[in-house]
Amino acid sequence: MADSLGARTRPYRAVLASRARSQRSYRASFAVDLASSMLVGVIELAEIWVLFHNVVELGGLEFSQILLVFGLADLCFSLADMTFGHCDNLPTYLRAGTLDVFYLRPQPLLLQLVTSDISLRRLARAAVGAVALVVGLTVNDIAWSPAHVLLLLVAIVSGYAMFAGMFVWAGGAQFFLVEGAETTNAFVYGGRYAATQPASVWNRPLWAVFGFFFPMAFTGFLPALWLLGVEAPLGLPDWVGWCAPVAAAWTWVMALVSWRLGVRHYQGGGG
Amino acid sequence: MKASFGRTGRNLARGAGRLRLLFLMRGTIRVYWRILVAGFRRQSAYLLAAFGGLVANTTFGLLKVAILFATVRAAGGELQGYDVALMSTYIWVSQGLLGSVNLFGRIDIADRIKDGDVAVDFLRPLDVQAAAITTEVGKSLFNLIPRGIPSVLIGGLVVGMALPDHPASYLLGAVSILLGIAISAATVYLVVAAPGFWLVETRGLQILYMVVSGFLAGLFVPIWIFPKWLEMLAQATPFPSMMMYPVDIISGRVDVTESLVLLAVQLAWLAGVGALGQVLTRAGRRHLEVQGG
Repeated sequence: MADSLGARTRPYRAVLASRARSQRSYRASFAVDLASSMLVGVIELAEIWVLFHNVVELGGLEFSQILLVFGLADLCFSLADMTFGHCDNLPTYLRAGTLDVFYLRPQPLLLQLVTSDISLRRLARAAVGAVALVVGLTVNDIAWSPAHVLLLLVAIVSGYAMFAGMFVWAGGAQFFLVEGAETTNAFVYGGRYAATQPASVWNRPLWAVFGFFFPMAFTGFLPALWLLGVEAPLGLPDWVGWCAPVAAAWTWVMALVSWRLGVRHYQGGGG
Repeated sequence: MKASFGRTGRNLARGAGRLRLLFLMRGTIRVYWRILVAGFRRQSAYLLAAFGGLVANTTFGLLKVAILFATVRAAGGELQGYDVALMSTYIWVSQGLLGSVNLFGRIDIADRIKDGDVAVDFLRPLDVQAAAITTEVGKSLFNLIPRGIPSVLIGGLVVGMALPDHPASYLLGAVSILLGIAISAATVYLVVAAPGFWLVETRGLQILYMVVSGFLAGLFVPIWIFPKWLEMLAQATPFPSMMMYPVDIISGRVDVTESLVLLAVQLAWLAGVGALGQVLTRAGRRHLEVQGG
C-alpha cells in the first residue's frame, strides 16, 4: 500500500521539486521576491496597527488580542496561498487555451493544477503571520490546558483548509467568469481582509456573507475568542470556536461543487 | 532700403515659424487626444471585468465601513477630523477610484519593453512615455463609468455620506482626480515599466509597488490617522497625490485654499515623476537590446 502510494505521488513530487528548485536558482530574484512577500505581511499588519494607534479597543478586543486573530488568519491564508494560490492563474490558462494540456495527462485535473506550482516566496509572508501568532499567544493571558493546545492545532488546520477551499471555489467559478475574475477576488482576498478583522464590528449582512456563507470568522476570530476566554458576539455559544472543522468541511463542499460544475461547463480551448 | 527689406523678410520668416509651431502643437494635441479616446474605447470592451471590479469594490467597501466606523465610534465619534459621515465619503470615493487610480502596478507598455516590441514604438513619431501614459489615462477614465460612479452611488444610498459645503470642491476635486490618475500612470511607468530596459524580470517591482502604493496612498486607512512619522513618510512620496488628496478635495475635508495647495503639490509630483520617466526612457532607448530577428 505504502509502495503504491509512493508510486502514485511520484509524478507530483517530481513536478513540485522542480518548481521549488527553479525558484531558488535565480538567487537575487528570489531574495527580492521573499522581501516583497514579507513586506506584504508587514503592511497588512500595519493596516490594523494604525487603527489601534488611535483607539485602545475595537470590537471588544485590544491590539494584543487582535494579534492572535491576525496571526491565525494570516498564517493560514499564506500557507493556502502558497499551495493553492496559483488556482488564480486559471483565467490565463483558459484564455490561452493551455488548460487543455492538463487534460492530456492521466491524472485528476484539480490535483495537477494544485501541484503544478508552489510559491516558495510566500513562506516569508507566512513567517509574518507565524510571528504575530506566537507573540499573540505569549502576551495574552491564556489559561493553557490540553484543550487549548488542541483547539490551536484544530484552528490552524481548519483555517488552512478553509482558505484553500476558497481558492478552489474561485477556480471553479472562473470557468464561467473568465474576464470577470475580480468577482471572486471580492470573496477570496476580501475574505482574507475580513478574517483579520475583529468580526464583532460587522453588521448582520456581513456576518451572513463572511461569518457563515464564506466562514471567514471561523479561521481566526472565533477560535481566538475561545482561547482568550472572551464571549462570542451575536449570542453565539461559547464553543462556537470549536466548529472550525465543520466550517472547513462546508467550504470544501462548496469548493468541490463549484469545481465540478466549472469543469463540466468547460468546452476546451478550441485549439 | 535694403536693411528694411531684410528686416521684413526676417519678420515674415519668424511669423511663418510661429504658425508652423502652432500647427505642430495642434497636431500633437490631436494625436494624444486620439490615443486617449482609443484607451477609453478599449476598456469599454471589458464590461464583465468592470462588473467584477464593482463587486469587489463594494464588498471591500462594506468591510472598510465596518472597521473604520467602529474605529471612529471607539474614538468618541470624531477622529482627526473624521466623523462617521466624512469617513463614509472617504471610503466610497476611494473605493470608486480604485478602478482608475493605478495601485496595482500593471501597465501594458511593461510587457512591450520586456519582449522588445517597444522597438517598434520607438520608430513611431510619438513619445513612447507620453503615449503609454495617455493610453492608461484613457482606460482609467472609462473605468470611472462602470466602477467609479456606481461605487459612490451604492455607498451614498446604502450607507449615506457627507457632501462638500462649497460647490468649488466638485470642480477642484474633478481636476485633482484627473491629476491623481495621471500621477499613478506616470509613477507605474517610472518604477515598473522603465526599469524593464535594464532588468529582465520586473514582476518583483510590480508587487513591491502594489504593496507600498495602496498603504501610502491611503487606500485602507486615511493617512491622516497614521502616527505622525508615518504620515510624513507617506507625504514624502507621490502616493497620497494619487488618491488621498483627490478624496480630501472632493469630500470637502479641506477648504478651497488648502485644495489649491494640494493641487499644486500634485502638479509638482506629476512634473517630477514625468521628467524622471522621460530621462529613463531616453537612456533605455540607447541601452535597448532586442533579441531574435
